[in-house]
Amino acid sequence: MNRYEHHLALAAARRPEHAAIVHAGGRTSYAALDAAASRFADGLVEHAGFANGERCVVFLDNRVETAIAIFGTLRAGGVFSVVNATTKADKLAFVLNNCEAAVLLTQASLAPVAFAAAARAPSVRKVVVVDDPPAAAPDAAMSWDDFGNVAAPGCAAARPAGVDIDLAMLVYTSGSTGNPKGVMMTHKNIEHAATSITTYLEAREDDVVLSVLPLSFDYGLYQLLMCVKMGATLVLEKSFAFPQKVLPLLASERVTGFPLVPTMAALIVQIRNFDPTWAKSVRYITNTAAALPPAHILKLQEIFPNAKVFSMYGMTESKRCTWLPPEQLARRPDSVGIAIPGTEVWVADDEGRPVPAGTVGELVVRGGHVMQGYWRNEEATAQALRPGRYPWEKVLHTGDLFRMDEEGFLYFVGRKDDILKSRGEKVSPKEVENVLYALPGVREAALVGVPDPVMGHALKAIVVRDDEGLDARAILAHCRAHLEEFMVPRTVEFRDALPKTSTGKIRRSVLQAEAEGRPLPEDEVAA
Amino acid sequence: MAATQEIIHDFIVTTFPGDGTDPDQDLDLLEAGIIDSIGVLTLVTWLEETFGFMVDDEDVLPENLGSIAGITAYAERKLAESGSAA
Repeated sequence: MNRYEHHLALAAARRPEHAAIVHAGGRTSYAALDAAASRFADGLVEHAGFANGERCVVFLDNRVETAIAIFGTLRAGGVFSVVNATTKADKLAFVLNNCEAAVLLTQASLAPVAFAAAARAPSVRKVVVVDDPPAAAPDAAMSWDDFGNVAAPGCAAARPAGVDIDLAMLVYTSGSTGNPKGVMMTHKNIEHAATSITTYLEAREDDVVLSVLPLSFDYGLYQLLMCVKMGATLVLEKSFAFPQKVLPLLASERVTGFPLVPTMAALIVQIRNFDPTWAKSVRYITNTAAALPPAHILKLQEIFPNAKVFSMYGMTESKRCTWLPPEQLARRPDSVGIAIPGTEVWVADDEGRPVPAGTVGELVVRGGHVMQGYWRNEEATAQALRPGRYPWEKVLHTGDLFRMDEEGFLYFVGRKDDILKSRGEKVSPKEVENVLYALPGVREAALVGVPDPVMGHALKAIVVRDDEGLDARAILAHCRAHLEEFMVPRTVEFRDALPKTSTGKIRRSVLQAEAEGRPLPEDEVAA
Repeated sequence: MAATQEIIHDFIVTTFPGDGTDPDQDLDLLEAGIIDSIGVLTLVTWLEETFGFMVDDEDVLPENLGSIAGITAYAERKLAESGSAA
């Protein structure tokens, strides 16, 4: 029943000297994080006249100040939104205006983008710059140090912050059409999701989690939120571009939890000199964002012999939907499992009713982790949230197609609009891509459908290869050996790279639009 | 020497155009958002193909691959090691 920032005060009281965050060679204790969050909250009140419920947009890399601002904003009774540091000015301006942000927090290296966006967002009263603000700063700009310097320390804590049904954060997510949408989560929503996830991960206060995932991405953000809830340590890095820099931290910090996305897994499994001592302390690995190819799951298990591998599925709108108990992985490597603890999911027909095992339908989610809607976007909200069992309840229609096996385990089939039709048969690009990934030499793969008067969609595999010797004939032969005939691509195209989202998902929709010769969906251009 | 740097510079600006501005040779390409983790892999593959040496896993570090100057120095060192200076 407490607001989420309460966890920080509890951890600081329980283990003040324990490291909350390890970043760039420095360690921030719980006591220090707690004190800094209070200073930031005071700064919001004193320097920005921040009112209860106002929004603070955090436009920073993964760094300690990002965590301070998240908890500081909550402590001031506000709502935070972390925006990816690679966002360009147009999109940032959209977000600032959409949520009517009162305060924008940024860093010197991002200041030009931040200032350009803030100039177009009249609601923004202060732009706080970590590191020294550049000379050409607008009047609204203020340095981090000045911001934390207040005449009346404790002014934020002196006023009521609110209750757990208050809005805590907005997570902007790209919509299938148009502009990004702000997913609204209350303190209670976060508590529900964090409790459920820490339950199945069996999270402990002596955990050390290494995360390179951006804090703007809910998967990255929850690493921080859950560590603080447990009083555990977060080793925060901002990139996995140089795995040789990051992986040794697993050993030196005795990391126990290592969250991955598929592109990271793809990098890890192909490292030739992986030092087994790196993997020793890791007791769990998680994956979400997109399913791991079964070949990569097997390899990860080999590299991390002491780790349980959790395949999970989720979407920002309910944080996490399903998890596969690790002991099921050998039996059903392609399943994303069952509903997370304290929630329900089912595969539904067009009317929202459960369908029998084996039938493909839309996944529907029910529980305390389901968002309150999209910020000031009633139309999109009504699409995603539909009436539930009780008059007060809404259930989440994910737009993702699943099937369930006889024992109740779920399989991701594809995005509702991803499905291709080849010779009248439904083809899930995911399924074909998994087969492509199992072929040594394939680094990345995407399946698209080229419109064809006879076939419906003529399937084309777009492949990034590690091995130049791998030719189209070998790929097609491999597909023929592993797929039903109608799923076998007609053609193969080789590329140097595939387009990706900022979270590392391959943007199939961009490639599909290209194959159909139609303009890119608007949000894909902006993304 | 200048030739190696030019080849590398041309590869970076054509493969990773970023926001279109010409990167300074000491610019941190990751910090500037010009290359990401997949970009690093693309760069490694290209170096191996173009210069004919192997990039060892333990060489994939910011000091070797993080800037045009760093990549140039690394490539020249590897070429010198293999005795086929460009």
